[in-house]
Amino acid sequence: MSAAPTGRPVAVVSFAQSPQVRREDHRNEVEMLMPVVEEVFSRIGVTKADMGFVCSGSSDYLVGAPFSFVSALDAVGVWPPMRESHVEMDGAWALYEAWTMLRAGDVDTALVYSFGRSSPGQLAKILALQLDPYYLAPLWPPPTALAALQARAVIDAGRATEEDFAEVAARSRRQALANPHAQLSGDRAPGELMKDDYVVSPLRRHALPPITDGAAAVVLAAGERATELCDRPAWITGIDHRIETHALGARDLTSSPSTTLAARGAGLGERAAVDVAELHAPYAHQELILRDALGLGAEVSVNPSGGALAANALMVAGLIRIGEAAQRIMDGSAARALAHATSGPCLQQNLVCALAAETPSGGR
Amino acid sequence: MTDATSTGQEPVAIMESPIHVDYRFTAGLAQSRFLKGLSQGRFLGQRCPRCHKVYVPPRGSCPTDGVPTTDEVELSNQGTVTTYCVVNVPFQGQSIEIPYICAQILLDGANLAFMGLIQEIAADQVRMGMRVEAVWVPPEELGPTMASVRHFRPTGEPDADYESFKEYL
Amino acid sequence: MPDPTAADEVLRAPHVLEYTYTRSVGPVIGAFLTGLRQGRILGATGDEGRVVVPPAEYDPVTARPSGELVEVGPGGAVSTWAWENEPTADHPLSRPFAWALVVLDGATTGLLHVVDAGSPDAMASGMRVRPRFRPEGERRGHLLDIECFVPEESS
Repeated sequence: MSAAPTGRPVAVVSFAQSPQVRREDHRNEVEMLMPVVEEVFSRIGVTKADMGFVCSGSSDYLVGAPFSFVSALDAVGVWPPMRESHVEMDGAWALYEAWTMLRAGDVDTALVYSFGRSSPGQLAKILALQLDPYYLAPLWPPPTALAALQARAVIDAGRATEEDFAEVAARSRRQALANPHAQLSGDRAPGELMKDDYVVSPLRRHALPPITDGAAAVVLAAGERATELCDRPAWITGIDHRIETHALGARDLTSSPSTTLAARGAGLGERAAVDVAELHAPYAHQELILRDALGLGAEVSVNPSGGALAANALMVAGLIRIGEAAQRIMDGSAARALAHATSGPCLQQNLVCALAAETPSGGR
Repeated sequence: MTDATSTGQEPVAIMESPIHVDYRFTAGLAQSRFLKGLSQGRFLGQRCPRCHKVYVPPRGSCPTDGVPTTDEVELSNQGTVTTYCVVNVPFQGQSIEIPYICAQILLDGANLAFMGLIQEIAADQVRMGMRVEAVWVPPEELGPTMASVRHFRPTGEPDADYESFKEYL
Repeated sequence: MPDPTAADEVLRAPHVLEYTYTRSVGPVIGAFLTGLRQGRILGATGDEGRVVVPPAEYDPVTARPSGELVEVGPGGAVSTWAWENEPTADHPLSRPFAWALVVLDGATTGLLHVVDAGSPDAMASGMRVRPRFRPEGERRGHLLDIECFVPEESS
């Protein structure tokens, strides 16, 4: 359940993602996933036959096709039969399941993938379906409105201003210029962004994530298998996830205690000592809440990929955070990294994954 | 719920939560080719470059190898009943008289069977291995839909050997 | 053979997903909905002095079973709000409105609902609001028996 150094160390050894786009409507899910799975394998010279476990994350409601995750397996080709599992959640939680499997020692490698297309359906209605069906869903609140309630609470508490939200958005989109997979990037000054109209006040256009179609895949490997496959594996030194009540009005929306608890569970201290942090903050103000919850100092590079403000494929953006953070360890530009994934309205559920170039204590 | 009106005294026990979501479904590349083939009265499948199996309808990938199926293959109008069931249950909107036969049909040259309706034969005469052919709707009614195939009917050829289709049950 | 990778070779069609879910509400939610039908708003007493509205079967922090249900409101204060410019047919009001968390008098948690305020200029965190119930004959034991909240007249 947390980062206690039992079991074998597990690392991210490969990561791939599709271009993150507004509308991927000429390929079906399988056609979208196949190139990503192929890339994540070819980067380390393996095939599906080398995988001990496959775990995916997706939501059938997004495309309106019950059990779409079953047909998506055609992208991997699970014959002869493979050990396989699926979570109706972001792929970051699929990675968590694969991590527990590898820690247990039954298998040495796992493929984790996720896909999400928001373009075919009515996204705001679909996201309302994740809410409490008695007290929240009957109002059909769009996700932007719930995020806006949180943003106002942050402003009222004196924690941040609309200008601060614009700063986050400007930096994220500017950093996304260096990310070839990003959907939304650009170099607009915060002052310029403040001229945007409100979508749902107090959130202006720039403080919202784009609507994205995309897919991503990660290969995990345990112990010596990781060093065989990758010169510089991104070791998972800790990973944990926590959830808060679905009663929106019973939460303090200005803080994220579940993120703080997950960070403790992942072995991170009060001030996360990392070089880079990839935070799944779909709305600009949520990055500020997460920075506080994780105790990130000014020295930490936050969302060099551009984060969820640059691309926010549902069920995928969290796994991409882990992949992006791991990539920076694998390419040598970071020694320690943190990845965060979120689910539910207003940062209801949060996962924190700590990564390092050094093998975690406990050895292999 | 015994209390259908708001004036009743029974406590509320049930809540209705209707859901209606509109989508724009994409068939994808491979399935679009298949559907367009149907509107021309043709079965278009795809072959796996690795294991050479032919899939119809194609989904764009080989479910065994997980690689794109890029070669298009036109299949025969004829095939074999691998297995079937006799439907005796009437249901709302039914357009066919019961009993009727719902069969898995393996087109000649294909490595994947799909579901089809068997007609022009008494239900108790249908058997595994029976050879059948597609009966298409008139050309003016053809469209990118499985409804372009009105049904399958016996060809009268000798039944196929069990060994030839046992892998597809 | 035409280029199968050309986007215009791809077929698309409308697709509708429709479910008529019927849910059992249980004793706590059922009591809340029954109260709404009577024009009353109930909350659940929890730990540490909490009064949870709308009520849950358990305390949101300690997860212990809730205590007795108590009547709260009907007035309350907006704890946070957001302005909806473009209501959809699914929303409680057809004209622009505010989404709001309303902490009813006697409650310690916020109820999500909408405020018919006319303009964002009429909204402020901390402002007083009261529920506008549907006429008695139209109430059916549902969250939308409260049509919306409205600003309390300032005097």
